[in-house]
Amino acid sequence: MAKDDHAPRTLPKYSSTFTPEVNAEIRRAAATGIYDIRGGGAKRRVPHFDDLVFLGASMSRYPLEGYRERCDTNVVLGTRFAKKPIELKIPITIAGMSFGALSAQAKEALGRGASLAGTSTTTGDGGMTPEERGQSKTLVYQYLPSRYGMNPVDLRKADAIEVVVGQGAKPGGGGMLLGQKISDRVAEMRTLPKGIDQRSACRHPDWTGPDDLEIKILELREITGWEKPIYVKVGAARPYFDTTLAVKAGADVVVIDGMQGGTAATQDVFIEHVGIPTLACIREAVQALQDLGMHREVQLIVSGGIRSGADVAKALALGADAVSIGTAAMIALGDNDPKWEDEYQKLGSTAGAYDDWHEGRDPAGISTQNPELAQRLDPVEAGRRLNNYLKVMTLECQTLARACGKNHVQHLEPEDLAALTLEASAMARVPLAGTKWYPGMPGGAF
Amino acid sequence: MQTFDLSADGLRALNAALQAQAQQTNETAWEVVNPRGSHAIAVGLDAPIEVTVKGSTGYYCAGMNQQATVHVKGSVGPGVAENMMSGTVIVEGDASQYAGATGHGGLLVIKGNASSRCGISMKGIDIVVQGNVGHMSAFMAQKGNLVVCGDAGDALGDSIYEARLFVRGSVKSLGADCIEKEMRPEHIEILTDLLDRAGIDARPEEFRRYGSARQLYNFDIDNAY
Repeated sequence: MAKDDHAPRTLPKYSSTFTPEVNAEIRRAAATGIYDIRGGGAKRRVPHFDDLVFLGASMSRYPLEGYRERCDTNVVLGTRFAKKPIELKIPITIAGMSFGALSAQAKEALGRGASLAGTSTTTGDGGMTPEERGQSKTLVYQYLPSRYGMNPVDLRKADAIEVVVGQGAKPGGGGMLLGQKISDRVAEMRTLPKGIDQRSACRHPDWTGPDDLEIKILELREITGWEKPIYVKVGAARPYFDTTLAVKAGADVVVIDGMQGGTAATQDVFIEHVGIPTLACIREAVQALQDLGMHREVQLIVSGGIRSGADVAKALALGADAVSIGTAAMIALGDNDPKWEDEYQKLGSTAGAYDDWHEGRDPAGISTQNPELAQRLDPVEAGRRLNNYLKVMTLECQTLARACGKNHVQHLEPEDLAALTLEASAMARVPLAGTKWYPGMPGGAF
Repeated sequence: MQTFDLSADGLRALNAALQAQAQQTNETAWEVVNPRGSHAIAVGLDAPIEVTVKGSTGYYCAGMNQQATVHVKGSVGPGVAENMMSGTVIVEGDASQYAGATGHGGLLVIKGNASSRCGISMKGIDIVVQGNVGHMSAFMAQKGNLVVCGDAGDALGDSIYEARLFVRGSVKSLGADCIEKEMRPEHIEILTDLLDRAGIDARPEEFRRYGSARQLYNFDIDNAY
């Protein structure tokens, strides 16, 4: 048959399984022999707060005037056992991020921004820095498996203690801080040789399981005179049972971190394939608290992918007492800012996608220990940006709460919500928009 | 001597009283009776006082100790002297798991045996065990000295950093990246001092030294499995 140059051709067809991105990763793995390490949380699309909408007031509901009527945002954390619960002006806290992962300037900026906004910030693996303590009106001290920098003096300086069992980016995994970021100061604070690739243990060295944790919490309370709220933070995996066991162990506050929650560095395969989405864990955790008669007595903080006042409002409506932000706070400080695009390009990335935080070469001066890069971040200016951002989130949250007729953001409830997808409907246990039904509904068809 | 009956007065009152002792206190000698295996006895102390516990304790006895000397006339549960910063803790009997875990300083002496994970993640503490230690002892040990006058169990010093391990008896197995090292004169000197401070009669020359091969300090694909 004669060749016909005008015959239609089959277009090149990419595989949906072997996408260009997948193929590139296979080639990278084959060339280097090492898994991909990166920072941040899950980047894949998962059901999230965007899949929910507020119903707003209508014939049967009475809204509050959007700009003037009072809508409170304060929250008290640690009311169960602590003599000195934490009182915050807004229900948005700053999540734990270590000095080591972040520069001292970035930690200071987080403290400044949080304090201006009337909320708390949190230490991380590596201990408490004077900059952070000095600039943080309310500081939560993380008690981690590595115990780097842990000491009773700093413990007593803290306003609350967060026992970290896991985090959303890597439930069941430990931490890592590669040698590039182990500066003299970081090494000294962690009692490690300079420049090594540091591993943080994935489980605590002196307790295993909730029965032990109960005794560990007793010890921490005894050391700090029963003054400070004790949080227990878990990565979202089995939120109903984890919450139940944390309460049984004596937690004042339970923190659940979904898979979109970030890390300074871990394997991409861990970040993307372990843990469950933030949206999927709130109702489970709330159910556990309700079954124990502890909802609102033990407070629930939810984190992982919180970006806006809408996310805050939805998390509260599903039963959380507060939320926590990490990645969003970094972006507010200046992380991934397009003004550094030329430098991101040189690092083989682009603004908005840069996640090689473990390499310590962050052009924005945030996830680095390089003094020259770190100096790019002005802690005062960056703290102001964070405060502005927290203010906007709070105003947005209030706007939505008023539209639902609530004079306190904590009065938002699941009944105020509808879901746009079946997945979100099932996870959040709110009806699919336009129906009275959600999958798994008691007495429902499924 | 202040005597405190734990069964009558309770843990909170005991720890509050001990933690309230000032640097220059004249009430330096304390005795705790009827401990009955209670947890978190004498934790968070920060004064140069001497506390004698007459009996056995539960978890975390003398946790996060600073300056104080805590002497347990019995055995201790898990995590004795965990995260100790300074001072001295002496256990006449045996110790359960994680003795001296993550300790930054001070001296922990165990006259009996210590169970598994003795000295786990130690960060500068000195630990002297007159008897044996269990498996995974000195796991991820960062700094300080662990002296074992008896035998050590499996996987001693797994993933160890810069801590020094001295064992007089046998070592069932060494953990990843832990190797036997030369016992040089400075090590004999360190060991002599530790044994002396622990009040243990043993000849330093009979011990072997173990430490990090430093092969896991930086990622290497050939060490990945």
